[in-house]
Amino acid sequence: MISSWPLLSVVTFLPLTGVLFLMLIRGNEESIAANSRLVALWVSGFTFLLSLYLYIGFDPEIVGYQFEERADWITGSGISYHLGIDGISMPFILLATFLTPLSILASWKSITHRARDYMIAFLVLEVMMVGMFASLDMLMFYLFFEGVLIPMFIIIGVWGGAERVYAAFKFFLYTLLGSVLMLVCMLVMYQMVGTTDIPALAAFAFSPEVQFWLFLGFFASFAVKVPMWPVHTWLPDAHVQAPTAGSMILAGVLLKMGGYGFLRFSLPMFPDASEYFAPFIFVLSIIAVIYTSLVALAQSDMKKLIAYSSVAHMGFVTIGIFTLTEQGIAGAMFQMISHGLVSAALFFCVGVVYDRLHTREISAYGGVVDAMPRYAAFFMFMMLASVGLPGTSGFVGEMLVLVGAWEASHWVAILAATGLILGACYMLWLYRRVVFGRAEKPEVLEMAALDRREVMIFVPLTILVLWFGIYPATLLDVMAYTVSDIMANVASDLSIQTVMR
Amino acid sequence: MFYQAIVFLPLLGAIAAGLFSLRQQNSAAIAVSVSGVVISFILSLFAFAHVAMGGNTEIVSVARWINSGTFEANWQLRFDTLTAVMLIVVTGVSSCVHIYSVGYMHHDKAIARFMAYLSLFTFAMLMLVTADNLVQLFFGWEGVGVASYLLIGFWYHKESAHTAAMKAFVVNRVGDFGFVLGILAIFTLTGSVSFDAIFADTASYQNAVITFSGISLPALEVVSILLFIGAMGKSAQLGLHTWLPDAMEGPTPVSALIHAATMVTAGVFLVCRMSPIIEYAPIALDVITIVGASTAIFAATVGMTQFDIKRVIAYSTCSQLGYMFFAAGVSAYPAAMFHLTTHAFFKALLFLGAGSVIHALSDEQDLRNMGGIWRKVPVTYTMMWVGSLALAGFPFFAGFYSKDMILEAAYGAHTGVGMIAFWLGCAAALLTAFYSWRLLILAFHGQPRASAEVMSHVHESPNVMTLPLIPLALGAIFAGWAGYELFVGHDMAAFWGDSIFILPSHTAMEAAHHVPLWVKLLPIVLATSGVLGAYIAYVKMPHLPAKIASACGGFYDFLFNKWYFDELYDRIFVRPAVLFGGWLWRRGDKGTIDYFGPDGLSALVGRLSSRLVHIQTGYVYHYAFAMMIGVVVLLSWYFSGFGR
Repeated sequence: MISSWPLLSVVTFLPLTGVLFLMLIRGNEESIAANSRLVALWVSGFTFLLSLYLYIGFDPEIVGYQFEERADWITGSGISYHLGIDGISMPFILLATFLTPLSILASWKSITHRARDYMIAFLVLEVMMVGMFASLDMLMFYLFFEGVLIPMFIIIGVWGGAERVYAAFKFFLYTLLGSVLMLVCMLVMYQMVGTTDIPALAAFAFSPEVQFWLFLGFFASFAVKVPMWPVHTWLPDAHVQAPTAGSMILAGVLLKMGGYGFLRFSLPMFPDASEYFAPFIFVLSIIAVIYTSLVALAQSDMKKLIAYSSVAHMGFVTIGIFTLTEQGIAGAMFQMISHGLVSAALFFCVGVVYDRLHTREISAYGGVVDAMPRYAAFFMFMMLASVGLPGTSGFVGEMLVLVGAWEASHWVAILAATGLILGACYMLWLYRRVVFGRAEKPEVLEMAALDRREVMIFVPLTILVLWFGIYPATLLDVMAYTVSDIMANVASDLSIQTVMR
Repeated sequence: MFYQAIVFLPLLGAIAAGLFSLRQQNSAAIAVSVSGVVISFILSLFAFAHVAMGGNTEIVSVARWINSGTFEANWQLRFDTLTAVMLIVVTGVSSCVHIYSVGYMHHDKAIARFMAYLSLFTFAMLMLVTADNLVQLFFGWEGVGVASYLLIGFWYHKESAHTAAMKAFVVNRVGDFGFVLGILAIFTLTGSVSFDAIFADTASYQNAVITFSGISLPALEVVSILLFIGAMGKSAQLGLHTWLPDAMEGPTPVSALIHAATMVTAGVFLVCRMSPIIEYAPIALDVITIVGASTAIFAATVGMTQFDIKRVIAYSTCSQLGYMFFAAGVSAYPAAMFHLTTHAFFKALLFLGAGSVIHALSDEQDLRNMGGIWRKVPVTYTMMWVGSLALAGFPFFAGFYSKDMILEAAYGAHTGVGMIAFWLGCAAALLTAFYSWRLLILAFHGQPRASAEVMSHVHESPNVMTLPLIPLALGAIFAGWAGYELFVGHDMAAFWGDSIFILPSHTAMEAAHHVPLWVKLLPIVLATSGVLGAYIAYVKMPHLPAKIASACGGFYDFLFNKWYFDELYDRIFVRPAVLFGGWLWRRGDKGTIDYFGPDGLSALVGRLSSRLVHIQTGYVYHYAFAMMIGVVVLLSWYFSGFGR
């Protein structure tokens, strides 16, 4: 029965029903807030369960798209409503539907002002995220890709910190520049191929000269999203100003849009340009790893520190993708999912203490472990996952990326691996200053221990990070066939080009 | 299930103890963690009989792990002789330390958490020694690192404790950097990370090269040196040793288990495990020998001057690890493993004895505040004598067999570096005896220097702390004599089987049995002189040490300050990194990217008119950043051309 449903569309748009319910809620402000939270949690939770149904029905051994849906959109124009998932979009959809209910739970108490609007923004955000990962039409992809920004702008701009306007503005400037260039490239591609269908575009052989320019246009947009050095400076500000849940989604899912874009567009459609630009991207990524790690060392704001660490970790992702090796790409995918879970948890770690002391200054803490021993344990675990401890998900991605990097160039692997040392420095130092020591400030001693809601957010994240670290096959198997398919296409395309030269 | 149980029982113990610690059920936590490790030890004895004595190798698959394309690393346990020896050492010492801790940590409210960490460490160490591939070995390697981090920083209220914990982790990460690159290099070279596949035909890689920017280096040399860098970090060899003395901030049972008997020997184990590769890397072998010998003498010189009882023993550990490495460096892996085993017994004994002294003196660690207590703590005193006799290598104690074997092998190697190692090792042997008896005399003899209040509380430790010392003492006395024929004597080849590989042309092990008599006698003579020296300096003429110290002035300060390694690293790495990070943030992110990027765009209209003025800002960092962009372009070109 259910198999005849357009399941992917249902998963994508289900949160909109929640938006509808939210609009219908009546009552005084307090009851609206309470009911909004519940509705948002239930709807996003149910969406997650449905996406699990997708996962169960997903056959990792099929190369190509599954749960495909296609309908004419603008007849005769080559633009259609086209959804479908493969091994690289499936994990991201799960990541998005998994993190959304957790983020809603994370904002349970901290958002009291206009809670209904906040929840609407989150559900719309979820639609945009899932829709983007499920789109197989370039125009749809573009709409979702840019649409994601709207609820995020609102979340930062309305519920953010004191300098939220500056942060949102900065984010806007960077994104605008990238998006304009990407849109131009999309128009050019539509002109050349006559369709916006992603599989058709991937099958089309663009000449190397055209690829060169198209690659750069897409790169401008994706690099901002990742973010790659030197277009990363919006991220620390956006994170610092965003509410906790906004940071969780921003780091957890939104940063992955760039990496996903590279895998969905750049590699399959512009393989020659990808190979041509790989050294350039390695250099930017290595700078990202080393530079932002050093910058992270110098931060006195917890959120900023973790934001900079995100840039460093995403540097591994871009290295992995452009090694154009199977391990590199699988490692990059794995690193993205792992980082999604770990950074969301780390931002929540900051949020938990921020809710209590209302400051993110590292020096305001110290000795938190006395007041909050369980918090210290969760934070410790996520900190270790962030530095890539084997047995956590953080290790698998980094290891595979390095395997690929060593194959591509020894120096890239060597320089990237310095991130292992630097990462340990700033994370352990942060942890030491916040959690260890003797609590001398009275307000730190009086911090309340984790409540049940907070534990409920930490526990699933911890279980997944541990599970993916011990049995990564759960994830690697899902994407293995798609990754080797991408690889095979890139390789065959490159070899054809070599023959033609 | 039998083999899995050895490894996973301590993990179950750790998890259960961790859960009990949440509910403050201390006795339950103690019971599960102790029984997990003790059962694991008993099973290890059977495994040893079957694997090492029976000459079998067992491979036990557990689960898939990381599989991507041709890269395959699975959870798989390997039991061969090398593993079996380590199993006995790890579970044996761990059992003693678990039991000892019940007494030692008795007053600590967090004892349940402590026991959980100890068991977690034991599990990670067992994963390390039973690994069937390099990636799983790295899992154990990092796992013991984390357990060590948690245990050094166990008393997290102390600034010095969590500083030391972090230092240990970070310094080890520097070594891990080499280890990871070594794994990558091996994978590209052999297409696998599993030991059987890597070692299948190492001779065929002799001419393989790894190319860095057009320079071709012999692949096996590169691999061996990279892995040895990892070993240097974990085993605290010269250069990466700075964390080990600081690690003494952890509770004393931790020092005994992790920082003396087991974890720090992981590097030696790794080198022995990789012998089929390292044997074909003559330069790497020489490097290992030199680093090992230098560490042996360096740590001994520092050990002479320290006043913290645990730090003296820590430097001694560092020094003894140096012996093990230079043994491996002259291809005498069995001698290295032999010393590893005997050392585990007597060094754990010394540490636990020191813990007992510290306990008796109300947490006093400074030798200058001890003395005159030997009648009050007779058992501890005896144990410390046994440990010191074994460490100094007096005849028929454990160290006598293993340390002499190493020195004889170094002499028997008949190579230049072998002779350097031999002489440095002999000098270190003299110093070892000296600082051991210096410690004994200062701690137990002479006039009491502690306050009357402390002295009135001095008492022998309870049975739960003295009983575990007995098996260790027995090991310190008999392990050398009992293990000699198996480890390094006639039965050596049959005992080690395939687990250690030595090229037929590397004859140090064989030659060690045929060295001149003076080579055999010299270490004993030196050890005796060391003891006499300590006796003269600290009993007969107690004013002598201070006189010598002031006479040597600068040199004494140099030794006392541990050759200024910490200060040096702080100057050239730690502080510059933080300062540079701050500079990048202010001048790079804020001063340049934002300045010219978003902030600049926002003021673009206003600035257009005076654009020229702004370009010539005169700020050095703007030019510096322009240069960095140039570097990006240059490096991109470079990688595209030569990177492969």
